[in-house]
Amino acid sequence: MVRGHVLVCGGTGCHSANSDDIYDAFEKEIEAAGLKDEIQVIKTGCFGLCALGPIVVIYPEGAFYSQVQPGDVKEIVSEHLLKGRLVTRLLYQETVVDENTITSLDDTDFYRKQRRIALKNCGVIDPENIKEYIAFDGYMALAKVLTEMTPQQVIDEISKSGLRGRGGGGFPTGKKWAFAAAQPVGDKYVCCNADEGDPGAFMDRSVLEGDPHCVLEAMAIAGYAIGSNHGYIYVRAEYPIAVKRLRIAIGQAREMGLLGKNILGSGFDFDIDIRLGAGAFVCGEETALLNSIEGKRGDPRPRPPFPAVKGLFGKPTIINNVETWANVTRIILNGADWFAAMGSEKSKGTKVFALGGKINHTGLVEIPMGTPLREIIEEIGGGIPDGKKFKAVQTGGPSGGCIPAQYLDIPVDYENLIAIGSIMGSGGMIVMDEDNCMVDIAKFFLEFTCDESCGKCTPCRVGIRRMLEILEKITSGQAKMEDLDTLENLCYFIKENALCGLGQTAPNPVLSTLRYFRDEYEAHIVEKRCPAGVCKKLLTYSIDPEKCKGCTLCARNCPVDAIVGEVKKVHVIDNNKCIKCGTCMSNCKFDAITRK
Amino acid sequence: MKTIAELQALRDEMKGKVGVRREGEYRTKILVGMATCGIAAGARPVLAECVKEIETRKLKDVYVGQTGCIGICQFEPVVEIYDEDGTKTTYVHMTADKVPKVIAQHVVNGSPVVEYTIGANAN
Repeated sequence: MVRGHVLVCGGTGCHSANSDDIYDAFEKEIEAAGLKDEIQVIKTGCFGLCALGPIVVIYPEGAFYSQVQPGDVKEIVSEHLLKGRLVTRLLYQETVVDENTITSLDDTDFYRKQRRIALKNCGVIDPENIKEYIAFDGYMALAKVLTEMTPQQVIDEISKSGLRGRGGGGFPTGKKWAFAAAQPVGDKYVCCNADEGDPGAFMDRSVLEGDPHCVLEAMAIAGYAIGSNHGYIYVRAEYPIAVKRLRIAIGQAREMGLLGKNILGSGFDFDIDIRLGAGAFVCGEETALLNSIEGKRGDPRPRPPFPAVKGLFGKPTIINNVETWANVTRIILNGADWFAAMGSEKSKGTKVFALGGKINHTGLVEIPMGTPLREIIEEIGGGIPDGKKFKAVQTGGPSGGCIPAQYLDIPVDYENLIAIGSIMGSGGMIVMDEDNCMVDIAKFFLEFTCDESCGKCTPCRVGIRRMLEILEKITSGQAKMEDLDTLENLCYFIKENALCGLGQTAPNPVLSTLRYFRDEYEAHIVEKRCPAGVCKKLLTYSIDPEKCKGCTLCARNCPVDAIVGEVKKVHVIDNNKCIKCGTCMSNCKFDAITRK
Repeated sequence: MKTIAELQALRDEMKGKVGVRREGEYRTKILVGMATCGIAAGARPVLAECVKEIETRKLKDVYVGQTGCIGICQFEPVVEIYDEDGTKTTYVHMTADKVPKVIAQHVVNGSPVVEYTIGANAN
């Protein structure tokens, strides 16, 4: 006899903000208030609005509490749960109409334009309880496939839906399955790529943490469609919560006979194992991933042969990304037409983006394909903090590019993003404002790919390092204009000659910033100046003698004693000693220090 | 689990248990006065009984919640029922024993239990 549910977010963001303690505090306070039989506490996956975590949602009211601390729990229990009075100060302010009246979350800017399909169960169910998944039609898609559909019909349905790979490439999922299904009967494999490596991307992690069963169910459906009995999930060891919940999910599914032999009496066998990745970015590339599952070094293989023909252990294999899998069960249950009705002409359905950087609503959003970037950033994302000016948005991580303000109105889909020099990628979306240096951003991604290059092919191993060296020259004011041409030539050479996707796409951050922010590169080279004031070697700090009062605060705080001057006399910075840390500037009470 | 029928049965059973997590329109709202005065007069068993009745009768479009003190503390425990058309009926001096009758007669069959209302008890 439960009258209310308290949902505590157990996603990574809220978890790292001690949502475990909040969960424990609720259990304790509810017990103390004698509400144990009336109120159930559930730990869920990510709600998406990570910027406001830790998040607690209480039903049936649907009250959305943000930035909850363990110390607030007692008040929520005695006020809300016992007396039915909302704790207004903790509510997400956008949902508050007046005291004790709230609007639905769906009416807030952050959620209004979202369409949660892949994230349908995230923040709704307890991911560690298979029965909750079943309550929301879990395993019904598998049941439908096993009893009502032939393998060919399953593949046709997925093809008709227009679902494309959400890992970044955008290859039609149905086609991939059809290739593998067409291979001769024998051992075949189904793999899930959960080696999410792009800096700033956390959508796959959130799906695994919030709804692990939907991936298991979809993999079993694919196994039925292509004639495979075995699946592998390749997930990075840095995702301990995801790994733990996957292990629990697999155990529960086996126990209930939804994985294993003769599933639901249909005669179909399917089981899934987990393989942990040690965190090499290249292992997200499908052929390197297969090598790694086999226990070999994570080096990419040349394609063709494609994995659908010769994949894991030399057998036909399909590999799909977590988010792709998360769409499969929804398509089977609601039909291909339902899915194809969302999105743009060539990109159907929705896409999950991880919003980060200079944006108010940091978090996970799922929007229909074709939504303009401006809506994502200004409405759903809540715009840029502190009234700063938008400069660019980076999509696709180290393989993607920077999109400048003039393209903010383009609808987001695979083709449009490629046309303007970026890619969809796995869905990282990093917003940058006037304080970001675009050369520095390009350098950041190149440092990342340089570190992560596996070293198998020369264009990637040597080429990216040469590019990085040129970028370092530029950001330290030692480059000449010819270096810019060399840099651009290297980009095209590496794109054409690298062995796998990592190398082929690594120059993208440089190419797109060269295309849209060439003036910033030129300012670094010609004027020896960083317009955004980021590149330290090009900065000089100086003290305005008019404004300096000689308070000595800057000199006392300087970590390298680069500031000299007597009390009540104008101070001077010795630029030979200065390490450009900016401490003096943030300490000066008279705005006397300038940075150029 | 060996058959689809078993899976469906489990789903239907579980659906009832997660029903409160849905947001949407409710046909009827039952609000139990749970301010200090209400709790002191015994509102908690009344609320519990309401929830239990709604659950056993599987009334999915009926909301059970709490409300604060409406200023008639001498009549607590008070239960307010809002019908679909917005009409409010106020039941006073409620006990857990009276709840099943109110649910059956008012919420299910649409005719308020006049003898428990504030109108019948005002004097």
